[in-house]
Amino acid sequence: MADTATASPAQSIPPKRHFWTEKRRSQLTAYTFISPFFILFAIFGLYPIIFTIYLSFFKWDAIGPMKYVGIKNYDLIISDPTFWISFSNTIIMALMGTVPQLILALFVAVMLNSALNKFKNTFRILYFMPNITSIVAVTLVFSTMFGNNGMINWLLNNLGLDSVPFNSGWWGVKIAISTMVLWRWMGYNAIIFLSGLQSIPTDIYEAARIDGATRGQQLLYITLPLLRPFILFVTLTSTIGALQLFTEPYVFLGQGGTGSTRQEGVTMVTYLYSEAFRNGFFGTAAATAVLLFVATILFSVLNMLLSSRMGGDTGGKRA
Amino acid sequence: MSSIAVRKKPDEPGVLGKTFFYLFMIIGALVSVFPFFWMFVVATNDKDAAFQMPPLLTPGTHFFDNFSRVLERTDFFRALLNSVVVSSAVTVSVVFLCTLAGYAFAKYEFPLKNVLFVCVIGTMLVPAQLGVLPQYVIMAKLHWIDSYKALIVPAMVNAFGIFWMRQYIASAVHSELLEAGRIDGGGHFRIFWKIAIPVVTPAMATLGILNFMNVWNDFFWPLVVLKNKENYTIQIALQQLFTNKDGLDFGMIMSATFTATLPLLIVFLLFSRWVIAGLTSGAIKS
Repeated sequence: MADTATASPAQSIPPKRHFWTEKRRSQLTAYTFISPFFILFAIFGLYPIIFTIYLSFFKWDAIGPMKYVGIKNYDLIISDPTFWISFSNTIIMALMGTVPQLILALFVAVMLNSALNKFKNTFRILYFMPNITSIVAVTLVFSTMFGNNGMINWLLNNLGLDSVPFNSGWWGVKIAISTMVLWRWMGYNAIIFLSGLQSIPTDIYEAARIDGATRGQQLLYITLPLLRPFILFVTLTSTIGALQLFTEPYVFLGQGGTGSTRQEGVTMVTYLYSEAFRNGFFGTAAATAVLLFVATILFSVLNMLLSSRMGGDTGGKRA
Repeated sequence: MSSIAVRKKPDEPGVLGKTFFYLFMIIGALVSVFPFFWMFVVATNDKDAAFQMPPLLTPGTHFFDNFSRVLERTDFFRALLNSVVVSSAVTVSVVFLCTLAGYAFAKYEFPLKNVLFVCVIGTMLVPAQLGVLPQYVIMAKLHWIDSYKALIVPAMVNAFGIFWMRQYIASAVHSELLEAGRIDGGGHFRIFWKIAIPVVTPAMATLGILNFMNVWNDFFWPLVVLKNKENYTIQIALQQLFTNKDGLDFGMIMSATFTATLPLLIVFLLFSRWVIAGLTSGAIKS
């Protein structure tokens, strides 16, 4: 007891019923330990989000006085065709980059987990490698491959197909950007699926095998339902990430000094960025951020609904 | 062997199945690795190698030529240094503060603990870019635009790190050990520092590597708060090389990209097991 007292200089002689009991002191310690996160989050996370909503009702160039304009900012962006193009581009690229990617990732994860695979660690590392490159680097490398006279068009020509204008075509740009997203994240998501697969006890498979279930049946009726929380996690984070798409289009479309808000590839965040930091319209940019936030929430909820539906169905069939 | 194979027919594929299996795995691996190789090929050949038909697939000898053109155009090493300073500072802080908070969530009892922990997890689902305008305004008010502080301070602690350290500490640090420390009269921080930290260094290392890579690769926030060339991080410097109006010199661009990627690639290959372990545990929260 005496030792404890010397260890805390502020309260030198703690009498039994002193306010600073051992319990209180340990609680205070815990709050102190976790406080940096909450302080920083309050300043750089929560406050900015609330202020963004507030800002979306004002006209402001970030320097002069703020002027209340009601919902005019929302009116302005809703009647701006570029906003709608950015919205549909974001959704289209989110689908193109995410859906094939997650299906492939699941497939790869199953193969990585397969007993057939004698080089698990090596393949895991190789498949994960794309994720360590920065998005800027990925975009630069893929720009060389997707050039008009680049390797991909050369491949297409050799297969008897026409060249695709990946730099400028409506679909070309989207295909190029989605490919970059797919390449960088497929292995990452496969690794997360893999950890889900490894958490499924193997005796379930043995029991199914004894019952005569084929590989396909095992995948459909055991693996997928048990993997559901992981599938939900991965689709959720991928969707949220896809809606924030910025760096790939910004860098890719900015090549050679062309604008990053070209219609083929402008996304909601590039639209937001150029509204605020190029045009100085912080109000409309804030309104864009709010709409993006709403879209994010809607898509997350949709995701959760779909995945609970999906899991319910397969579970029902099996039972 | 053959008698078993007959019985196990539904799930023991034959030679053909195995061949397809490995073929698919190898093609996937090649696709994953090829862009790295391609980066190197373009970086070491002369200017127009990127668009040679059929594609050139052998490394050349022009790397230093190409790289010297990078140095003419941008202060590459200054940008590299900026990135090293910012990434290291953030990483040290993240590892320390997340371990501290994770330790509190794992080993202390206090009112609202579970609610607060759920809040921490919840913040992971809030996209950081949504608050970017006020964040920029805060930085401008603090006169932090164009300074390391703008990159370091907001990133000093994060939710993933707290979650990851809490999970690890909860299972790796035994409460009896901490009790013993307390009976011996150790203060709270002393016990944390002397007893908990030595046990959890592997998890701290994983968190450190993951965090370092994230900060190193970040583009959006540095783009917003860095205006002056001198302060560019390596990612911004790379992007700037790509916005050259008089034709793109891909040999030059790839030599810079390769040089900027190589350090991370080496770190990753050395510590890949830890990196992958760290990521997988991040998913298990759901």
